Amino acid sequence: MTLLGAKLAAARAAGAVSRRAGRGGTSLPGKVLMRLEPHAIGELAARLPNGSAILSATNGKTTTAAMVASIMGRGGHRLVHNRAGANMAGGVASALLGAAGRRGTMAGDTGLFEVDEFWLDRLVPEVRPRVLLLANLFRDQLDRYGELETIADRWAEVVADTPAQLVLNADDPLIADLGRERDALFFGVEDPAMALPGLAHASDSKHCRRCGAPYRYDLVFLGHLGHYRCDACGAARPAPQVAAERVVLDGLRGARVTMRTPAGTADVTLPLPGLYNVYNMLGAAAMALSLGAPLADVVAGLEAVSPAFGRAETVRVGDREMLLLLVKNPAGANEVIRTLALEDGEHDVLAVLNDNIADGRDVSWVWDADFEVLAGRLRRVVCSGTRAPEMALRLKYAGVPAGRLEVVEELPRALDAAVDGGDGRLVAIPTYTAMLELRDELVARGVAGSSFG
Amino acid sequence: MADVLRVCALYPDLMNIYADRGNMLMLQQRCAWRGLGFELTAAGLGDPVDPDGADLFYLGGGQDRDQLLCAEDLVATKREALHAAADRGAIVLGICGGIQLLGHEYALGDRAVPGVGLVDLRTVREEGPRLIGNVAIEVELPGLEGPRVLAGFENHGGRTKLGPETRPLGRVLKGFGNDGRSGYEGVRRGTVLGTYLHGPLLPKNAWFADWLLATALGRDLRELAPLDDALEDAAHASARRAAGI
Repeated sequence: MTLLGAKLAAARAAGAVSRRAGRGGTSLPGKVLMRLEPHAIGELAARLPNGSAILSATNGKTTTAAMVASIMGRGGHRLVHNRAGANMAGGVASALLGAAGRRGTMAGDTGLFEVDEFWLDRLVPEVRPRVLLLANLFRDQLDRYGELETIADRWAEVVADTPAQLVLNADDPLIADLGRERDALFFGVEDPAMALPGLAHASDSKHCRRCGAPYRYDLVFLGHLGHYRCDACGAARPAPQVAAERVVLDGLRGARVTMRTPAGTADVTLPLPGLYNVYNMLGAAAMALSLGAPLADVVAGLEAVSPAFGRAETVRVGDREMLLLLVKNPAGANEVIRTLALEDGEHDVLAVLNDNIADGRDVSWVWDADFEVLAGRLRRVVCSGTRAPEMALRLKYAGVPAGRLEVVEELPRALDAAVDGGDGRLVAIPTYTAMLELRDELVARGVAGSSFG
Repeated sequence: MADVLRVCALYPDLMNIYADRGNMLMLQQRCAWRGLGFELTAAGLGDPVDPDGADLFYLGGGQDRDQLLCAEDLVATKREALHAAADRGAIVLGICGGIQLLGHEYALGDRAVPGVGLVDLRTVREEGPRLIGNVAIEVELPGLEGPRVLAGFENHGGRTKLGPETRPLGRVLKGFGNDGRSGYEGVRRGTVLGTYLHGPLLPKNAWFADWLLATALGRDLRELAPLDDALEDAAHASARRAAGI
């Protein structure tokens, strides 16, 4: 056994112990491996004959990766993919470790890794991806990530040092700017019917990254994503090569999109809801095309994609259909709110606000999300989680009558209260750790499959 | 006695990084539920400020570059008006980046950026990490019997040093406060108040929203009609628990 082989075996053993102890242990074996061999990721990624692809963003990483995986699977590719969303070094190392066989073989030909915004500068030089997709930057967990511009500066250094094919969102000025001096494949939305009346309250990046003057927006699609230009220095949205020319949103069911690509134009029936998933779709399509997927696979893969867990996933609880929509920052919340508002009638909601480290300890952001849009459309909301009262308070000040709000901090009891309080569809909007807890509870009740299956 | 609360938000499109709008919403709704009027105006880059035009001037926090733009504009176009407003007893409330701009200067990289000098304080950079976390402070304010607790969240790199005669807003119970060492948090000189408890501070402390409202209107706090604050009290308790008290 080689030295690396011995280290792989030791890390695997640690993972097995952790699993027997009843813990998920998604990233633990990878963490052990990194301690034994700091460059294990680079060494294992180099064994993948078809190379790797990396994607990062504030919102949509896991879903976009699931779309790329669905597309690449059509072409018979075997992916090494951190699909459970463990997206720091430990998670990427664990995925590679899981695929590493004896004598230097790999159970997979292509790496597909979603990477946390802060880990990109450490993981890109290790993995040396063929394709790098950067999809969006929204304000998120300022206590952990700091300011958007800090992340953008770190990303600019990553971009400067990698020969990877760049795939960038033309509609996000902070992202598009990363491709000014490079060849990049840009994607964006071109359907003016999708435009909002103006910038959302919590929009970021309203000022030119080059010169500081305010951008002028002709169209705003989502947060600060749209068609913009800087009148002062002339910086403008690049023309996207992969574009959604026509979009029809079909409520919570999905969207129909006419997508133009360098490989031709196609109609796609996307089974995931909301314009945010149209953006995920465009990024995934552009990445898959860059990896060499034919357009037919792109369309078929997108139409067959299943939701990543907790992201527009539907489960049956008692007599009710429950839709899980992860909500973790204002931009994501606003898209979920907008998508819910497309549906007729009043909604029953289970809102779970946690302030654990992975959620961001600071729950200020709920005041940035535009819950006002739904205020008249909520029949009943059960608020749960470690900061349940602040969630309820946010809704009260958004205009939801206090009599429609119920605070039940403990999650299993809140789930019961939400399920028992009505019939028809129930919408759950949990933060990240709340989503994991909620899913564990649903698995324990036998109504949902395991997260890491 | 005025029955309309007039609030002027300074740079609301730039200085809003931690959801400062929650504070506006809190004041607006609590006025509405009591039958009081609420008027919100905004003063952006280059806009003049009328010192008599509002009862409460609000200055939130922003990203470094935005805050620098606002600091320069504040000194150039709004300094005299804010001094005049404070002198006639209007509330000037600076939150997060806002407290730094209320003082003489704050450090940004190697620069010392001038503030409006409404209070005697300076904000410097020191070795060490950003001061981030849940925080609770004990404050005593005119018109209130005994000390009260403000609970919130702080996230700042700057360390704020008060001048020798300057009073803090409160005493740190949990968290870092102005500089992580002094045990002081925020600043208060008459109706000029500053704090690092950022963003939606008022939703976590409905009592403080009412104190601001009453003080800005020149009323006794006890004259305000009571509201059903069950959720507000629960949110305050939950913010205190998060801070560890």
